[in-house]
Amino acid sequence: MSGVPTAWFLLLGAILFTIGAVGVLVRRNVLIVLMCVELMLNAVNLTFVALGRELNSLTGQVFVFFVIVVAAVEVAVGLAILVELNRLRQTADVDEVSELKG
Amino acid sequence: MVLFWVVAAVAVLAAGGVVLNRNAIYSALSLLVNFTMLAVLYLLLNAQFIAMVQVIVYAGAVVVLFVFVEMLLGATGRIQVTGWLTPRLIVAAVAGFLLLSTVGSVVYESAIGGMRGNATPEMLAQAGQVQVLGITLYTDYLLAVQLAGVLMLVGLVGALQLGQQWQRGRTSQTTKSTLPLRSTESASAGTSHTPVSESGG
Repeated sequence: MSGVPTAWFLLLGAILFTIGAVGVLVRRNVLIVLMCVELMLNAVNLTFVALGRELNSLTGQVFVFFVIVVAAVEVAVGLAILVELNRLRQTADVDEVSELKG
Repeated sequence: MVLFWVVAAVAVLAAGGVVLNRNAIYSALSLLVNFTMLAVLYLLLNAQFIAMVQVIVYAGAVVVLFVFVEMLLGATGRIQVTGWLTPRLIVAAVAGFLLLSTVGSVVYESAIGGMRGNATPEMLAQAGQVQVLGITLYTDYLLAVQLAGVLMLVGLVGALQLGQQWQRGRTSQTTKSTLPLRSTESASAGTSHTPVSESGG
């Protein structure tokens, strides 16, 4: 059970993080972009837990708690903004919303 | 060992499914699979409580929130997945390759160093994993726990405020709304603003 090396978990976390980052760059639907942000946060969580096990420390798991808290709040606020955006602009495309662009 | 490979492969495939699916609801379901596989990985890493929190918070709450918003918005057909944008795809692929190769080489070449704690598997098995974690959380990280609570409260109030704006805007749709974004929308709607998502496919 503990025979799996920590480096494999770290590599898996890196792969998942990369997939999430590419998804944020590629996709234009706000909903999918938020999902990809969640993917990246989960990859970081996996890295935290793996390193915490390797170093015999519980700090990694404590940090995962706070990351989960931040992720939950981020999803709630982000989806509320998305609903509001959909009401105002009838779109979910990130490229369509460019009011702040100079 | 075999379990790790199977779970890792499924997790990567599900993550790819989140990015590649054209239908957002399938992306949400792929996300659910990915979260569940990560919970299994946490079990493999001897982090049982994190695995439970992962299932409850992520697979339970977050995915349901995504699916709910998808249902709320996508039922009218206004959210359509737009097509691939080729230059963006190339840039993203190059950036992803660079990121993965950098992180991967660091993981491959460097040994894990650092100060080792006292939470050995034997100690955790003897004292109880959840008990030790709870004691750590409420003694060493008490201030951070309080701040996380404040953050959740602020997020709740913010989301509630946005939802109330939605309600208010729906009841006074015909009258002049006081929302600041409303004026810019009506100004751009007069010139050339057409919702692209109607025609995209």
